[in-house]
Formats: sequence, structure tokens, C-alpha cells
Amino acid sequence: MEKKDIIQSFKDSLFTGLIALALFGPIVGLRTASKGEGLFITPQWGVVFLLVGLCILGRFLINLNSVRKTEITSFSKFTSKFSAITEDKAKHFAITAILFAVVFPFLPFTDRYFMDVAIMILTYIMLGWGLNIVVGLAGLLDLGYVAFYAVGAYSYALIATTFGWSFWICLPLAGLFAAFFGILLGFPVLRLRGDYLAIVTLGFGEIIRIILINWYEVTNGPDGITGIPRPSFFGLPFKRSPDEGETSFHLFFNLEYSTMHRIIFLYYLILVLALITNYFTLKIRKLPVGRAWEALREDEIACKSLGVNPTNTKLTAFAIGAMFGGFAGSFFATRQAFISPESFTFIESAIIVAIVVLGGMGSQTGVVLASIFLIGITEMFRDLEQYRMIAFGGAMVLIMVFKPKGILANRKPTILMHGDKK
Amino acid sequence: MEYFIQQLVNGITLGSIYGLIAIGYTMVYGIIGMINFAHGDIFMIGAFVALISFIIFGLTGVALPIILLLVLLIAMLFTACYGWTVEKLAYKPLRGSFRLAPLISALGMSIVLQNYVQVAQGARVKPMQPLISGGLEFFKNSEFIVTVSYLQIFIVILTIILMGIFTYLITKTDLGRAQRACEQDRTMTALLGINVDRTISITFIIGSSLASVAGMMFVLYYGVIDFYIGFLAGIKAFTAAVLGGIGSLPGAMLGGLLIGLIETFWAGYVSLEYKDVAAFSVLIVVLIFFPTGFLGKPDIEKV
Amino acid sequence: MSNLLSVENLTMKFGGLTAIDDLSFDAKNNQITSIIGPNGAGKTTVFNCLTGFYKPTNGQMFLHKENSKISLRKYTDFKIAYVAKVARTFQNIRLFPAMSVLENLLVAQHNELMVASGYSLFGLLNLKSYRDKEQLAVDKAKYWLDIIGLTHRADDNAGDLPYGDQRKLEIVRAMCIEPRLLCLDEPAAGLNPKESAELNKLLKFIKTEKQTGILLIEHDMSVVMGISDHVVVLNYGKKIFEGTADQTKNSKEVIEAYLGVDE
Repeated sequence: MEKKDIIQSFKDSLFTGLIALALFGPIVGLRTASKGEGLFITPQWGVVFLLVGLCILGRFLINLNSVRKTEITSFSKFTSKFSAITEDKAKHFAITAILFAVVFPFLPFTDRYFMDVAIMILTYIMLGWGLNIVVGLAGLLDLGYVAFYAVGAYSYALIATTFGWSFWICLPLAGLFAAFFGILLGFPVLRLRGDYLAIVTLGFGEIIRIILINWYEVTNGPDGITGIPRPSFFGLPFKRSPDEGETSFHLFFNLEYSTMHRIIFLYYLILVLALITNYFTLKIRKLPVGRAWEALREDEIACKSLGVNPTNTKLTAFAIGAMFGGFAGSFFATRQAFISPESFTFIESAIIVAIVVLGGMGSQTGVVLASIFLIGITEMFRDLEQYRMIAFGGAMVLIMVFKPKGILANRKPTILMHGDKK
Repeated sequence: MEYFIQQLVNGITLGSIYGLIAIGYTMVYGIIGMINFAHGDIFMIGAFVALISFIIFGLTGVALPIILLLVLLIAMLFTACYGWTVEKLAYKPLRGSFRLAPLISALGMSIVLQNYVQVAQGARVKPMQPLISGGLEFFKNSEFIVTVSYLQIFIVILTIILMGIFTYLITKTDLGRAQRACEQDRTMTALLGINVDRTISITFIIGSSLASVAGMMFVLYYGVIDFYIGFLAGIKAFTAAVLGGIGSLPGAMLGGLLIGLIETFWAGYVSLEYKDVAAFSVLIVVLIFFPTGFLGKPDIEKV
Repeated sequence: MSNLLSVENLTMKFGGLTAIDDLSFDAKNNQITSIIGPNGAGKTTVFNCLTGFYKPTNGQMFLHKENSKISLRKYTDFKIAYVAKVARTFQNIRLFPAMSVLENLLVAQHNELMVASGYSLFGLLNLKSYRDKEQLAVDKAKYWLDIIGLTHRADDNAGDLPYGDQRKLEIVRAMCIEPRLLCLDEPAAGLNPKESAELNKLLKFIKTEKQTGILLIEHDMSVVMGISDHVVVLNYGKKIFEGTADQTKNSKEVIEAYLGVDE
């Protein structure tokens, strides 16, 4: 590298620093805080200088070694290798993962906290798989997926508290209800171009949330619905002391009472639900409708020229995605025993979209890894919760810039003429 | 009747704010064909910069008009830096990527900005004492007195001035010509020796500056902000841009006014709780039945 | 030879611009009818009207069946391919690039397969009736791939094929919907002479063996003159000549339209 280049890149870095100073100066450097009446400013110049310094250094290093180039190539190499491995050993990987998931509750280090996190991760995996049908396969960016999650949760809660029906009746009803909503919304909007569709679904998600907040007679407003029945083990409730004429789980199996029983049951419940979602998706992908989804994602005009009905095809994707969202919502309601509009904000939709996008649109394994990474890892660092959403958003940008197809993006054909060549 | 006029005045004020944000959406959409989802958050940052500057200048005891001018310039400058950086980091590398990539990236950027401000400035709402108080009162003899506050007058006049400058920039200068050329055909514009990257950057800078002015108005008008205001305001401004015809600059202003009026009248006559539903419903209805808006160009599908 | 397609007084206006002006012509069964004309003559617009992407301002288009005729105006969008069985290809190839060659051909058989899969229900249950139908669809795909010599690449992504092969694949994909009329928009664009010759062979095969009428837009005169039974010449949206290939070659109007007139 010549001297001129070094001076050039030095200048460039200083310019970056100047911009960084402008960015961080007011927002980070001058923190506003209320004290009694009105606002006061607490300067935080240390942090600003640190950030600016990092920017200058980073920029200089990028210029100096073209770090970016080498990083990108090694990053892509790593991820391609990674996808190649997971693809090669897809079956082994899946079986190992499922086995691990099955024995997980009985591992020695598994405690209540781990179980809760695992249940949460599995819920997101299920939501991610559900949304993957819509975003990954059909290529419809749905920013209001949480609406279906909410519809599922509320319809479960309302049916269960009003009629007192069991979980196994309410669950499919809630799913159907969510699917119905999917069709209701999808029918008018699925004609829209991709980016408009995204915004409209976002609007729909917000409308549902505002209605949930304000429709007191039905949803009880911001206070939410309490006392949602807990699921029972095929009629055996998880209660310490069952009601008259009832046998509870631990009495029936002659076990010591423990709250863990219910947690473990919930864990398996969501595991089974998630696996059903996955199985269904893998199956339907290989059917004509699944192929039509992917074809629509690739080229809608070509689809029309081949006689594929785009609206109906998208509608099925939307409805099926909504149905799984509804199932996940029911599970959420029964697990929490309490739901309120708070749980169904736009940020939830964004997280689910992030999971699908980061994993690689259309990749089932990708959703699992992204959920573990995004939900699990950030859950471990709870104290840094504020930073976790920054990391989420940042990761979405980075993935789009460096690896727009997602980390795992190897698509396998749905049908082979020559069989597996390997 | 008096009540109606009062709502009209409030609606026009609110509409000016939405209109200024909507211009940012429509300009970016016109030039690179993407919905800049983070634009609402740029507006939020503008509001924060304005708030911080108001506090600082409030301590110095300078005369109010000077404070307003200084804050305006500072907010525009610093917010423009954000707009510029966001474009460089999150959108520029994506030109030519697949269709939804810029939208997803913008969504990520929006999440980053929101949470960054939350971390840096705290999650609590930030109240500010009103700076401009008082106003003109009309219909003093009737039951309902219509008040047009000085602040509302300030907001509307400022909007008109900015629109004037802005229209001049777009229609009469080289920069505006380059911009309109980029809208038509980016490759050809580049072949003619125009720096397309720079033109796009400037578009983001102008859009962000106008959003920051809207942010300053928002601080003054509502007197309270938090890190989340960009989301709703952004959606409403986007609706305004679509309603006016996305890509059309007078359309954005017109759409902004309409959305402001729809929102205030809905809140005034129908229901306050569902006032945001009104905006979202307008968005959905417009996109489905009326996607070219009032002043937009029809979008013929090229086969 | 019986008529397959009649276009009557077709007019298409975009705002003030008249892209097609009162155009009438017929295309016959088992014939290749070419539409030629200088750039901007309105050829692709004719296709877009025929295949339901545009709604013509005026005029009628009829597809003749044994004893009846159906009006193409009534069908828009996907129904042109689904109900009227008019298939088309595109000027800039529109395959599904990230899907395999075989999958591309199966998507073309979507509607039959949907019924066979009981709208996914039988498919999910993995019934034998569906599996058999799917096998038939794969066989049909293989039949066409054998013809264009791409069977060995059936499992590769369509986007990875060389350009010439993509063109051919797009044509046989259109053939998989068993069309009565096949509309080809510049199929020889970007092909080398060898590939053009292969294309001619393929089109002749489709015409004679498959009893499908072909409507062709083409600039490559070696293709047009080599295989057309009938030529329609457009200029500025108007028909200026109609006749056999030989007649067209010698027509004064056509030469003027292409080369200009001495003043």
C-alpha cells in the first residue's frame, strides 16, 4: 500500500469519525432525564468518544486491509460450508435434534428456568415455521403475523372460558378461526405488490391490537383475559388437590406432586405442535400447491401464463400460515393462563419475521437455529435486554447486505427425476 | 359549526406535520422504488434532537425566535446525518438485490433506531413545557370558542415556507433535474455523467431534514415524545404518501393534509379510541382500491 | 385448414398512444403464423391482449373450437391459460430460476395436479391415486425434456441452464399445459445459428406432431421465413401486409416499413 493511500484512508476515517460524532453526539452524549419539573441533561461524553473512536478505528481497519472483503468471503465460505454440512446430514441432524428435544426435560442440568426458555424457543420455532410458509415459500412478506397469533390466543381464551371446553376441542377451533381471519384479510389484499402487502398486513396487525384494547365487552380491554383453563393430561388435571370425583395427574400415576409435571407436559405439547407444523410444511411443499407457492415467489407473471390462479394459491398459503399462528396462540394462552393485548405488538411480528429471514427463507432448519440464537442466547443475557433488539435489527440489516438469502439457503428440489446422485 | 372549524384547524396543523414526513417517503420511493420503513424513526430522532436543543437553548435565555431558528437548523443538520448514514449502511449495498431485501433491511434499521434511542435516552416519555403559548380566539359569543394558537399558525406557515423552498429545489435547480432523471431511469442518468449515488444521498438528506422539522413541530405541538412515536407517525405519513399518489410531491402534502383531517374528524366525531384504526383503514382501503392515489402515475405492469 | 384464432378490429390505447389500431387477422390450426414488424410496431401488445395481460380498448378475439368459438376477451389473467388453453412465452425469459427444470414443468401442470391431489388432501394422505397422477406428470415432463435433450439436467436449477436451453425449456413448459394456441415472443432472440436451427426443428415438431397452432413474434428472419406458413406484418399498430413468407419477402410495403422509402 502506498503512502498516498494511507493518508487517503486516514482522512476517510476521520470523516467517518466526524459523522459518528454528529450521530452520537446529541442522542447518546446528551441524555435527557426528568427531575421533578421538566427535563435536564446529563452529558455522557465518555461513551460518545468511545463510540466515535471505535468507528474511526473500524473504518481505518476496513480501509487498510480491505477487511470487509476478506471477512465477507470467509463468512460466506463458512456459511456455505455450514449449509452444505447441514444439508448432507440433514436427516442425522434432524433426528439428533428431535431426540435431544425429547430427552431434554430429563437431563440432569435441566431446571425450571431452562424448561421455560425451551418452551419459549419452541413457541417461536412453531411461529417461525408457520410464517415460513407465507414468507419463505410463497414469498409474501407478512408483517402482521402476530394478528393471527392474537386471534388464536383470544379465540382459545374466549371459547375456553365461556364454554369450558377442553384444550383439544378449543385448539382446532382457534386454529380454524385464525385461518378464517387469514382468508378474510388475504382475499382483498393479496393482489397487492410485495411491499404494499407488507405494509397492509402491518396495518391489519395494528388494527386487531387496537380492537383488542378497546373492545371491552369481549376482550376486557387492556386488562386482558384471566383464568384461562390450564391444559389437562387427557382429562387428568395437574392439580395438587383435585376436585371431588376427579383424579389428578400425579395421583393417577402415583407420583409425588410437582409443578414440573405441568411444565414438562406443556413442553411436550409445544414440541408436538411444532413438529406437526414442520411435518405438514415439508409434506405440502412437495405437493402441487407447495410448488405453486414457490413458483409464485419466483415469478408471478409466468405463473399466470401457465394457468396458476395466483390469488387462490396465495390465499391458501396465508390461511395455512394463519392457522399455525392460531395454534401457537392457543398454546400461548393456555400456558400463560392470562393474555392481554400487550403480548401482541408489532415487535413480535418483527421478531418472527427476523427469525425466518435470518434462518434463510424457506429453510426449516434455519428457523430452528435462528430461534435458538435469537430467543435463547438473548434470553441468557436478560440484563442486556435493551440491547437485544438493537442486535436483532442490526442482524437483519447485515444479513440482507451480506447474505440476502439467509444463513441456510440451500434449496432442495421437491421432486427428483434421477434420484439422489450421491 | 364552531366545533367543525376547530377540528378543521387542528386537522390542518396535524396534516402539515404528516405532510412533511410523507415527502420523505414519496421522494425515496420515487427515486429508488423502496418503502423507507425507517423514515418514521428518522422523524423520531429529529424530534429528540429538537427536544435536546430546546432544553440547552432554554437555559441560555436567548429570545424565542432565535431559539426556534437555531433548533430548526440543528435538528435538520443532525437528522440529515442519520438519514445519510442509514442509506449508506442499509440500502446502498442492496441495490439490485431481490425485491423484498430493502424492505427487510429498512425494517431492521427501524428496529435498531428505535431501540438505540431507547437505550441512549431512556424509555420514559419526555415532557417539555410549552414554548409558544396563547392564540387567537374566534366566535367569542358562541358556546364553543374556536382557538387558533400561535403555535398552529407557526406550524402551518413554516410548512408553507419549507414547501416553497422545496418546490423550488425540485423544479428549478440542477439537483432537482438530476433527481427527476434518476426517477425515470437510473442507468441512463449515470451514463449521462450524473452522480446517481450522490443524488440518492441528497434525496435522503432532504427527506430527513423535512422529517426533522416535522419532529420539532411534534415536540412543540404535543409537548411530549418517546422513542416509539416514529412508528405510528411513520405509518400515517406513509398512508398520506400513498393517498396523494406515491412518487408525487404535491400529492404527499395533499395526502398529509387529508390524513390529518381524517384523523381529527374521526377523533372528534366518531371515536377517540379508534382514531388510529381510521388511519390504518384508510391505508388499507387506499392501497386496495386506489393504489395510484390522487396525483400518482398509473403503474402499468410490464410483461 | 380451419381457423383457430380470429382477431377482429383489435385496438389498444394507452392514454393518448394507440399501440394497436384496428387490427384483424386469422391464424389457422396446425400452422405457424408470424407477426413481424419494426420495433415498437405493437407486436408484444397484441400478445398481451391475447393472453389476458391487457384488456383491449376495442375489438374481439375468438378461439375456435370444433363447432363453437370462445371469446378471449371474457378471460383475463390466469384463466386464458387455464380455460382457453392459450399458452405463451416471454421476450425476456420467465422461468422459475431457483426451481429445478422438472419442477418448472410440473408447475405448468398445476391445475390437473391440484385436482389429482384432491386440493392437497389426497396428497397429504399420500394416496396412491395421487402418486400415480404425479408419475404421469413426471413422465410428460420427461417426454418433453427428451425432445429438447435436457433430460440429464432435469434436477438442476432452471436458472443454471445456458441461455439457449432456457429458451427451449420455456417453450416446452408452455407446451405442458397442452395448449391449443402457443404464443411465442421472440423465441430466437439471443440464440446462435445452431440453436436457431434447433428451435426451428422444435417448432415444426410442435406444429405437426402436437396439432397446436403457433403464433410467433420474431425478428430473426431466418426463423420467420424458414418456418412460417403465414406472415402478418405490423407497423405503427396497423397491419400493412398479410401473406405467405415468400409473398412477404417481395412485398413493397414491407420493404418500405423496414428500410424506409426513397423520397
